[in-house]
Amino acid sequence: MIWKGFDMRRSSSRTIGALAASALLVPLMAACGSDGRGTGSGTEAGGKNEGGTLVIYSGRSEELVAPLIEKLEKATGAKAEVRYGDSAELAAQLLEEGDRTDADLFFSQDAGALGALGKEGRLAALPQKSLDTVDKAFRAENGNWVGVSGRVRVIAYHSDKVAEAPDSVHELTKPEWKGKVGYAPTNASFQAFVTGMRVLEGDDATRKWLKDFQANDPQVYEKNGAVLDAVDDGKAELGLINHYYWYEKAAEEGADKLKAKLHFPTKGDPGALVNVAGVGVIKGSDQSTAAQKAVDFFLAKEAQTYFANETHEYPLAAGVTSEDDLPPLESIDAPEIDLSRLESLQVTLEMLQEAGMV
Amino acid sequence: MKSPGTRGHQAPPAPARSDPGPDDAPAPSRPGRAGRRPPLFLLALASAAAALALLPLVYLVVRAVERGPEYAWNVVATDRTLELLARSVGLAAVVVTACLVLGISLAWLTVRTALPGRRAWSVLATLPLAVPSYVAAFAWISARPDLAGFSGAAFALTLVSYPYVYLPVAAALRGIDPAQEEAARALGHGPWSTFRRVTLPQLRPAAAGGGLLVALYVLSDFGAVSIMRYETFTRAIHTSYKASFDRTPAAALSVVLVLMTVLLVAAEARTRGRAGHARTGGGTARPASPAPLGRLKWPALGWCSAVAAAGVAFPAGTLGYWLAVGNSRTWDPRGLLETGGITLLVAALGAALTTCLALPVGVLAARHRGRTAHLLEQAAYAGHAVPGITVGLAMVFLAVRFAYPLYQELPLLVTAYAVLFLPIAVGATRAAVLQSPPVLEDVARSLGRGPLGVLREVTVPLAAPGIAAGAALTFVVCMKELPATLLLRPTGMDTLATRLWTETGTGSYAAAAPYAAVLILIAAVPSYLLGRHRT
Repeated sequence: MIWKGFDMRRSSSRTIGALAASALLVPLMAACGSDGRGTGSGTEAGGKNEGGTLVIYSGRSEELVAPLIEKLEKATGAKAEVRYGDSAELAAQLLEEGDRTDADLFFSQDAGALGALGKEGRLAALPQKSLDTVDKAFRAENGNWVGVSGRVRVIAYHSDKVAEAPDSVHELTKPEWKGKVGYAPTNASFQAFVTGMRVLEGDDATRKWLKDFQANDPQVYEKNGAVLDAVDDGKAELGLINHYYWYEKAAEEGADKLKAKLHFPTKGDPGALVNVAGVGVIKGSDQSTAAQKAVDFFLAKEAQTYFANETHEYPLAAGVTSEDDLPPLESIDAPEIDLSRLESLQVTLEMLQEAGMV
Repeated sequence: MKSPGTRGHQAPPAPARSDPGPDDAPAPSRPGRAGRRPPLFLLALASAAAALALLPLVYLVVRAVERGPEYAWNVVATDRTLELLARSVGLAAVVVTACLVLGISLAWLTVRTALPGRRAWSVLATLPLAVPSYVAAFAWISARPDLAGFSGAAFALTLVSYPYVYLPVAAALRGIDPAQEEAARALGHGPWSTFRRVTLPQLRPAAAGGGLLVALYVLSDFGAVSIMRYETFTRAIHTSYKASFDRTPAAALSVVLVLMTVLLVAAEARTRGRAGHARTGGGTARPASPAPLGRLKWPALGWCSAVAAAGVAFPAGTLGYWLAVGNSRTWDPRGLLETGGITLLVAALGAALTTCLALPVGVLAARHRGRTAHLLEQAAYAGHAVPGITVGLAMVFLAVRFAYPLYQELPLLVTAYAVLFLPIAVGATRAAVLQSPPVLEDVARSLGRGPLGVLREVTVPLAAPGIAAGAALTFVVCMKELPATLLLRPTGMDTLATRLWTETGTGSYAAAAPYAAVLILIAAVPSYLLGRHRT
């Protein structure tokens, strides 16, 4: 028992004593028996980042990144070690670590976290040659990070129930869509879209849109995947998601079986915002050459094709196309926006809270 | 000597056999040693533990005022802060109340009544400890999306944290000498009146101690409130990191949370001060005879079943469903085994360090009451209501500057666990020491044992079961810890909790389910032992 010291029967104290002892012994034995992949990796190196290991902080998932790192090691001969986490939390950690960081490369889920690190002077400038691989719109203006894959906000619709999907998010506040739109307000991509709307149309217009949208009784889901499932089941008629969720589902279940279809809003509508995942080299890295090689590897055809195939995102390097049936990135009438400005998320969150969405 | 009942603070949270107040006949010896000066080594060790617990505060102050106190003040002094504070306090109040109702009713039913299957029910009542709040919340919201918001957050948090009340109250109920209740009955009080006027007051310190842990848990929880989409202080701190990449507002808000913790701890200490102490009189207390339930048997069984269904069966069933729909591709037995082993290792090390650090603080608080002991004990609570991510960043900040060789190594992670969970072990130690008769220590001293000898040969062995129970509880909470683990683990190392986070992050619940299941199964072992009755 907790706080049961008064019950001094021998049997009970022996039981708990044995429990405490085994709690200590079992893991020790387990640790001795295991190959020490986890606990050993840091200590065996004998210190921080000795022996030329490239340390990557990745805000993108292990499932996606780990196979790519193997390819990277094979291609460049460098040994890489990856620390996985949430992009924003890793950015905070990198800022806290300052110039004593062990990290050489930051692979972020979105442009915002890279922008924040760049603003604090924690990213080194990338060579123009690497930067020029991708369109100006998908890299930092000051050249200290570069996008490697892109995702587009889209409107998913149930093809039987909806004859013509709306071409703008502004139509979603109309009475005809009352209670019929699914979205995931806590999802970072949705929030980036709202930030995009603020940048494009101003805070007042965005606040009004959020208020009207919320008044139109949208269906709330935890994740984009759930929104798409709801649209496909007909529970929702429209859904605000990223394009690749549909292609993932289509790859698993067959595109022809899906009732849900995608519509890419046009005329620069904020509903068609393109956001990127990107990389930056940490300033003061003692592996800057290897880090630079890794950046170029991520922008080369092998990695770009891998992103396109694995995540169904858009490859951003010039000349690489997706095997998916994606509408070409150039054909998307996306709004023109400086992605570094998506960093101003705070006000967006305050607005979402004000509207009672998160 | 002063009567212990009139002192301002320090009484056991779980007074096993208690005297209700100063009106009783004087006891032959006193549990408190107000007059005795604490041995220097004890004071030094306790101060070291308290200093460690205060480390995050150093970081918070540095970050909060780095742009001038005015900036921090402007962040904090807003209507939004007040609103968030009100939301957090409101949630904590509702959850604590619900936990008290659940914890006390289940403790009474399983300890003092003739409920069929008492032992099984008492184990079931403890098992929700093993369920991480984010798993419980996720299981509930996927079944009932309409629960999102205050009600869902309160519901999920209550279900995972009521054992903090149940365990000490059940221990206290087992310890209470039934003689007083029998006297009350003989004087014409009915069962309810006896419970209210005799039993309940004796449970107050145990319930208050548990309630404090629940309140601090709710204040610092991120998992359940974010899944239930209920904005609280801690969630605002998380979004502040996420949204502005600015650590100053988060630090300033965390300072407010620390101040709230100080208030709560002080309030709890006041509750303790007016309540009873360990039974020290002559004779032997006997266990109470179980009260027959009569017509209430079925409602009582229904109540226990409902709580067990919501707290244990439902999350377990949901996991079972995810396991069933997942295909074999998601199973990785070797990875599971390895991650499970590492989790056991870090949680066991965390529990061991926390318990060692808590020992001097707990002994001091129990045996050498006074301002110093009181302050040291309060200091131990400093890190407990601060969000794990903030404690994690504090350790990052301090380690890269002052302990670089330890950074992203196991010892630092284990130290962070100690900072986060020290109060749990301190409370258990203090109560366990308080409940053993100090007269035995006097005897040891008269036989020539020095302070260290007394501690090693008398105090600790007598309190060992209670201390071990505290260690078991700390072990469970270390296993479930996520935000600080993500920041401080050695690169490449995974615990079950971080693995669970990784898999749910990619949206594959089927792949996450095995890790959640193993986590809950391992955590269930100490929970089971904690809940097992010896009646």
